[in-house]
Formats: sequence, structure tokens, C-alpha cells
Amino acid sequence: MISNSQLVNKYFRHSKKFPHIWCPGCGIGTILGNMLRAIDTLAIDKNDIAFVSGIGCTGRAPVYVDFNTLHTTHGRALPFATGLKLARPELNVLVATGDGDATAIGGNHLIHACRRNIDITTIIFNNYIYGMTGGQYSPTTPHGDKAYTCKLGNIERPFNISALVEAAGATFVGRTTSYHTLQLQNIIKKAIQHKGFSVVEVITHCPTTYGRLNRKGSAVEMLKWQKQVAVDKSRADKMSQKELEGRIITGVLVEKELPEFCEQYDTIIEQAQNQAKGKPA
Amino acid sequence: MKKKTSYQLMQGNEAVAEGALAAGVDFFAGYPITPSTEIAEILADRLPESGGKFIQMEDEIGSIAAIIGASIGGCKTLTATSGPGFSLMQENLGFACLAEIPMVIVNVMRAGPSTGLPTSPSQGDVMQARWGTHGDHPIIVLTPSSVEEAFLYTIKAVNFSEKYRNPVIILMDEVIGHMRARVSLPPRSMVERVNRVQPNMPPEWYLPYERSATGVAPMASFGDGYRYHITGLVHDAKGFPTANPNEARDNIRGLFAKIERGFREICLVDYELMEDAEHAILAYGSMVLSARSALEQLRKSGIKVGLIKLGTLWPFPRFALEHFLPQLKTILVPELNMGQIYREVLRVNAGKAVIEKLNRVNGTIIAPDEIIKTVKGLAR
Repeated sequence: MISNSQLVNKYFRHSKKFPHIWCPGCGIGTILGNMLRAIDTLAIDKNDIAFVSGIGCTGRAPVYVDFNTLHTTHGRALPFATGLKLARPELNVLVATGDGDATAIGGNHLIHACRRNIDITTIIFNNYIYGMTGGQYSPTTPHGDKAYTCKLGNIERPFNISALVEAAGATFVGRTTSYHTLQLQNIIKKAIQHKGFSVVEVITHCPTTYGRLNRKGSAVEMLKWQKQVAVDKSRADKMSQKELEGRIITGVLVEKELPEFCEQYDTIIEQAQNQAKGKPA
Repeated sequence: MKKKTSYQLMQGNEAVAEGALAAGVDFFAGYPITPSTEIAEILADRLPESGGKFIQMEDEIGSIAAIIGASIGGCKTLTATSGPGFSLMQENLGFACLAEIPMVIVNVMRAGPSTGLPTSPSQGDVMQARWGTHGDHPIIVLTPSSVEEAFLYTIKAVNFSEKYRNPVIILMDEVIGHMRARVSLPPRSMVERVNRVQPNMPPEWYLPYERSATGVAPMASFGDGYRYHITGLVHDAKGFPTANPNEARDNIRGLFAKIERGFREICLVDYELMEDAEHAILAYGSMVLSARSALEQLRKSGIKVGLIKLGTLWPFPRFALEHFLPQLKTILVPELNMGQIYREVLRVNAGKAVIEKLNRVNGTIIAPDEIIKTVKGLAR
């Protein structure tokens, strides 16, 4: 496996003025690092990767890495990526998006990308909060938890992102946490290899806002919580609904083969061209 | 053997689609909306025939995002919409202005605000086209006043967007979009196609936002071996976010400078009977048709009146007006809005001639008779 220093040398932009913008203890760097390790094991040429993001803490991930990188507007990474993928089907298009970016402002784009089954790998960094704006509740903030826009507790019910994208038609859904780094690498690798729309939901921590407001302790404590609540799908399948309460099921949750959008569009081109040839001059 | 000129009966929206194909557009993303839908329907059929691609997105926000993404992949891209969809597109229009992405938006204007009068003509989006997205930004807005111009200006729009790496908006009123006319279009081989300048230096030397002598930076497509960063944040020459005041200034001022440099080329203006004119009608879009008809009759009754026809609304072609101001007593500005270009005319006029407006916002057009009556009143 690639060493950390090799990883830094090979994939980080040395011309970019580090340090990065993320807080000490943030989980985003761990997820980004393991995405790079997954890409490295697949030996994909850096020129063949487009890495697209929206707005928020997660949205800043692409600028640091040496791919074709596109930092778009809030919630819109997926439609930008859709246009890019159609223009350049040979590119591996990866999208990094947070819980607010993906499921609030970008919710419509997310479900339609799932339905369309276009070959894009979407990694959703789910830390239950709007971090960059300072800690407001997001569509995944658990019921009763606190944020700066719900100091007395959240009265909205959260999305279960993996269930949402499965229902919307994603043909690959994986979930893990920023604690389970090997599983994270492995799932991202499978998601990239999957032909079709794939979603990897990564449960992660924001010690600065969500953690502090909800007395979750340090980043280390929050990682320990991820370790405790995660239960692999193979084990979860044998557990009762009651036993699964408060647990997060991890692993590859959905994996199915359905016609991919770009490939289907190629057949449309073929048909249209044949029809046009058959037309009287 | 001499080839006979061939004529076609064509609708304005159809002419836009034909113009897009002639200009080399190979990607369209859109969302159905009256009165622009014909453009999407035609391109859904025609693009795949030549290997191009069409996608119907979940909304107009997604449509403009998809054409920006495809443009970054190297396609020539276009979308078509009307007022409500154009409002949704403003967010990513700003992205394309700042990130300098070539693309064309066709807005077939309906009467507004809000859902308005969906199948009625209006010119109410003139100021929105200029300032709809937030922040200081330059924009190019063309407005055809005939079916033939719908074809020609679409080609111009695609070419300007490629040359200046800037979004271009085509504002058509519903009359031009749905009007059918006999047109003779130039063959494909005669159509000038402009392609964005691509970098030719080794990738490690490439600075994606370092402006060349033309004021525009060469644009690499993703996947061509030039790995770089594109962002909606204010950025430096490398494309990386910056908060350095000098770099921020260079970024924003550079956007304006490239359009200022191309000002004369971008400004499409025509004059009719202006040589000896003492009075002028300044019109654009469907109002040109009414004005032209009025012109004929006014001349017959001995009034020296001419027409200044704006094909470009933004940047505002102020020289077109300034040139004639010394000879003009009055200028009439008929518009299907409350006077959006009228204010620009007032600004450029600076008190020299008498400026009169003639406005209509009820979903109907201003008929030639009304223009004749107003000009006669002014000339008296």
C-alpha cells in the first residue's frame, strides 16, 4: 500500500498554499486520504479523474488534489458532473458533497442523478451539520440534537441518506464511517469500479460545531462512537429491529446492474444516425 | 451551374436550433418551458444525428450546471428557457461569468413577473439579463429582430462565447420565437465557427487564468492532460481561491477588460434611413418590426425619421446613439416593458435630444399606428 509521504507527493498540489482550511480533528481529511488510496490501488491516471464538489467544508476538498478539479455552486456538483461526464464519458467522475450540500439544497439533483444511473461516484461526507457556516442543523441532524439554529433541540426528522438514494434508484450504495478507514477505501474502490451511479455515505464528525454543541467530546471520542455504533451489514442481517436501534449499518448495501445513462445515450446516437441516413435526401 | 437560392419557412425558435447546429453546438441541457420548448425538442432530435448530446434535466438550475460541465469537457453548449427558468439560472450564470466558461442561454421572453403571461410577448428581462446574477460581472446580450437574425445571432452568440470565454445571452421576445418567416440560410460551409483558444504549452507551464495579449486565457478541457482547478471563488492565475486584494482586483477587472476590448465587435447595430434623420426610433426585437412599418409611412408624410436597431443590448452600444445625437431632435424608444433600455438612452443622451418612451406590459405588441402617432406628436 502507498505510504503517507508517497501519497502526499503523488496526489497533493504542491503549488497550492497549504495549510488546508479544515479544523483540527475534522474527519474530511481522513475521507479524502482514503479516497486517494482507493484511486491509487486502482492505478487510474490522474488525467482521467475529474473531481467535482459543491459548497461547504467538503466542497473545499478538490482544490488540494492534483486531478481535473471543479468546485461548483452550493448543491450543484451533480448536474455539473452530469454534463461533464456526458461530454467526456471516458473520465472517472467523482463528486464530494456534504450532507447539506447533497440532501438539502442539492436534494433534487441527488435523487435525479440516482434515477438516471449515470456513471458518477458520489461520496457524501455526512457530519450532521452545516460546518462552514458555523453549525446550523442539516437534513441529517438527529431529532432532538442541538445546532445554532435549534438550540432547544431539532424538531425535524433526519434523512437516512443511504435509504434515500436506494429508493431513488442508485445502483450502488455503500456506507461506512471515517473510523473504518480500510472499509472506506474498499467501498470507494468498489464504487469507482461500479458502472452506474454510486453513492458512498461516510459518517464523520465535526468536533468544532456538532460535537461541541451536543457534548460528544473530542474528535477521538467521536471516532470511538463511530466504532461503537457501526455494525456490518453481514451481522446486521442477523439482528432484530430492536437490536439495530441506534446502530448504523455499514458495508455495501446495494449493488445491482442496470443500463448506464451514457452507454444508453450512445445507442440513441446510433439509432438517430441510422434514421437520418434512411431519410430521403 | 448556378445554384438557386433556396428558401425555407421557419419559426424563430427553429432558427435558433438551426443556428446552434451550424455554430457547432454539440451539447444541450434544458427543461421544458413555454415559449422556448421548440428549441429543446428540435435539438433532442437533431443533436444525436451528428453525434451531439441532449439531456433533459430536473430543473433549470441543473440545466445550466450541465451545460457548464459539458463546456468544461470541451463541448460547445447551449440551453433555452423563459423568464421563470432564466431566474433559476442566475446562480450558475454568475459561476460561468467568474470561471469564464463559454456557453449560451436563450431566453425566449414571456410577460412577467413570476409565471406572468406564459404565451405572450414581452421584453421585460432586459435588465435581468444584465444584472440578474449577483456581483459585478460583464455579460453579452444579443437580441434578434427577425427569424433570419435568430439564426445568425445564435451563431454570433456561440462564437462570442468561445472567443471571450464568457456566457452569452440571447433575448428573444415571444413574437420572434414563434413567428414564421421565409428565410434563406447560408450553407454550413459558409458559417464562420470560432473555437476557444486551447493551451499549447506543456501542462506544467499552464496557468489557466493567465490572460494572453487578447485579454482571454487559453482554456483546456478536462481530460486533455492539463490538470487544473475551476472554482466559483475569486481566484488567482492558477485558478486557486484567493483573498489577496490585488489578485481579487485582477480577477474581476480582467473579466471586464476582455469585454471592453471586444466592445466594437460585440455591439451589433443597424441603421435605417438615419443619414438625414432628425428623429429616430430606437428599437430591438419585435419592436423593430413595428418601427420599420411606421418608418415607411412617416417618411411618406414627410417626417425625417430613421431607425436605430440594437442587435446587442449589453454591453450597451452607446456609440450608436452618440454618433447621431448632434443631428437628432427626438428619439422614441418603444419597448414591451416599462422602459428598461429607455433609461440607458437617457443616460447616454445626457440631455441633448428629447427622449420619449412608449411602453406596453399587457402581453400585446405596440402596433405601427401607435408609433406613427407618437412620432408625429414629437415632430410637431
